[in-house]
Amino acid sequence: MSALVELEDVVLRFGPKTVLDGVSLQVSPGERLVVMGQSGGGKSTLLRLILGILKPTSGRVIFDGTEISRLPRRQLNEMRQRIGMVYQYSALISSLTVRENLALPLEELTDTPADEIDEKIRSMLTAVDMEGSEDKLPAELSGGMRKRIGLARALVMQPELMLYDEPSAGLDPVVSSVIDELIIRTSEENQSAGIIVTHEMDSAFRIGTRMAMLYQGRIIADDVPEKFRQSTNPVVAQFVSGSTEGPIGEGRTAP
Amino acid sequence: MANREPMVAIGRALRSFLATVSSLIWLLLDMISEMADHMRRGRLPFRRSVFFAQTERAGLNSVPLVAMVSFFLGLTMALLTGYQLRTFGTERLVPGLITIAFWRELGPLMTSVIIAARIGASYTAELGTMTVSEEVEAIDAMGLGPLRFLVAPRLVALVLLMPSLVVASNLAALFGTYLICAFSFNISLPVFADLVREALILKDVVQGMLKAILFGLLIALIACYRGLTVQGGAAGVGTATTSSVVSSITTVIGFDTFINMLQVNAPQ
Ligand SMILES: Nc1ncnc2c1ncn2[C@@H]1O[C@H](COP(=O)(O)OP(=O)(O)OP(=O)(O)O)[C@@H](O)[C@H]1O
Ligand SMILES: [Mg+2]
Repeated sequence: MSALVELEDVVLRFGPKTVLDGVSLQVSPGERLVVMGQSGGGKSTLLRLILGILKPTSGRVIFDGTEISRLPRRQLNEMRQRIGMVYQYSALISSLTVRENLALPLEELTDTPADEIDEKIRSMLTAVDMEGSEDKLPAELSGGMRKRIGLARALVMQPELMLYDEPSAGLDPVVSSVIDELIIRTSEENQSAGIIVTHEMDSAFRIGTRMAMLYQGRIIADDVPEKFRQSTNPVVAQFVSGSTEGPIGEGRTAP
Repeated sequence: MANREPMVAIGRALRSFLATVSSLIWLLLDMISEMADHMRRGRLPFRRSVFFAQTERAGLNSVPLVAMVSFFLGLTMALLTGYQLRTFGTERLVPGLITIAFWRELGPLMTSVIIAARIGASYTAELGTMTVSEEVEAIDAMGLGPLRFLVAPRLVALVLLMPSLVVASNLAALFGTYLICAFSFNISLPVFADLVREALILKDVVQGMLKAILFGLLIALIACYRGLTVQGGAAGVGTATTSSVVSSITTVIGFDTFINMLQVNAPQ
């Protein structure tokens, strides 16, 4: 099975600060990789690298056989249409209504006829349990509602790769389960790959077909959920149990 | 050693100025190539509705302020120069003088200052807020081309509308001048019109319009650039907005002076 996304020894520095220090990863179609790690550990940065928003200081980011950082802008933009991103803080266009937000990629990038777009939007909104919010502006929605619209916006293009930055943070447990199910269902239906950044252990084990732990700029564990849960690595064990005892303590940010 | 410091400071200022200029040029070129990419797929470079929203905001809604300021400026200038010239019995020079001053110089300059404060500031604040809330990044990540989608309609709207705004400014100033000429110096409308027509030469009109286009381009570029490069949350948006207004006004005045110097030195 060939990987859809591949990171090879990726290093990323912001000035003197090394955020990623040799990260290697592979995700294949149909796989859902859950990435965990400390706050400020570089998880969102990892997703930005895959989207080509940031360029690695060294190492390679490969999507479907092509190295992203070498693509000219036009090809990069074409490639980005095959990737959907759900932002940590939704990042909906605040001047557009929910309907316009969802229609935006379809209208700008595809030749989908208007009635089909309407149909798609309606079914997406039903899927995220947000029917009837078409004419609302993002500012009129709660954080959790915005997040669901952000998810719908990412899914509307039926991407081959979905990136989720903390999709269930700030949602009530019921909606959170609905989102988890949606993540699983869409990836199974479309045979799409997914990278999910999350802190919620329950949903991590529910969603993931594989789990990885990012610690001090490196992937220190990458395994199937059952093995991951029983990991003897002290960092992973501490993270899974949520204990205060262990290597992750005060003054914990990587140098 | 001590007298070297000013030189170092000047050098540093010059370098940061050149760096900004080259960023602006890159912004413009990137925007054009994003537009070209999109048009190659047989589409309009940006949404018509977004463009018209911008033209309404930048153009139509700016007319009252531009006209009012220019009207009072024209009125005051006519009054001040008129009373000076009357002592020599030459107050009939007033209409021509103000015509030339506005079409060539003050119209584009006044309009630019007002537009930088009124529209440039709002471009920076708006794009800055979108940058801080990751909206710009999301637009980029969807492959929509943020420069094409966000900067292009604003820039094109401003560049296309500046000449009309400058004409509005010039006409308002002439109206103010006429009122003073009519009531203080007994110059009738036909005479006033003749004097204006004599003074108004094509070259000045063309030059004024070219300046208007150039200044509109500069204001839009600087405002959008400052907005897209905002750092540091809400406070960053505030700082960027102030700096956008200050630097676009200074840049416009700088270019204006430069153009005028070229003109004086160029053989007629
Ligand atoms: N543009 C940037 N310039 C400088 N430093 C940055 C930039 N973006 C991120 N960083 C730094 O990189 C580190 C990783 O940030 P990132 O947002 O990836 O963390 P994260 O793992 O997503 O954290 P969280 O779980 O809190 O969202 C942080 O220390 C942050 O300060
Ligand atoms: Mg993050």
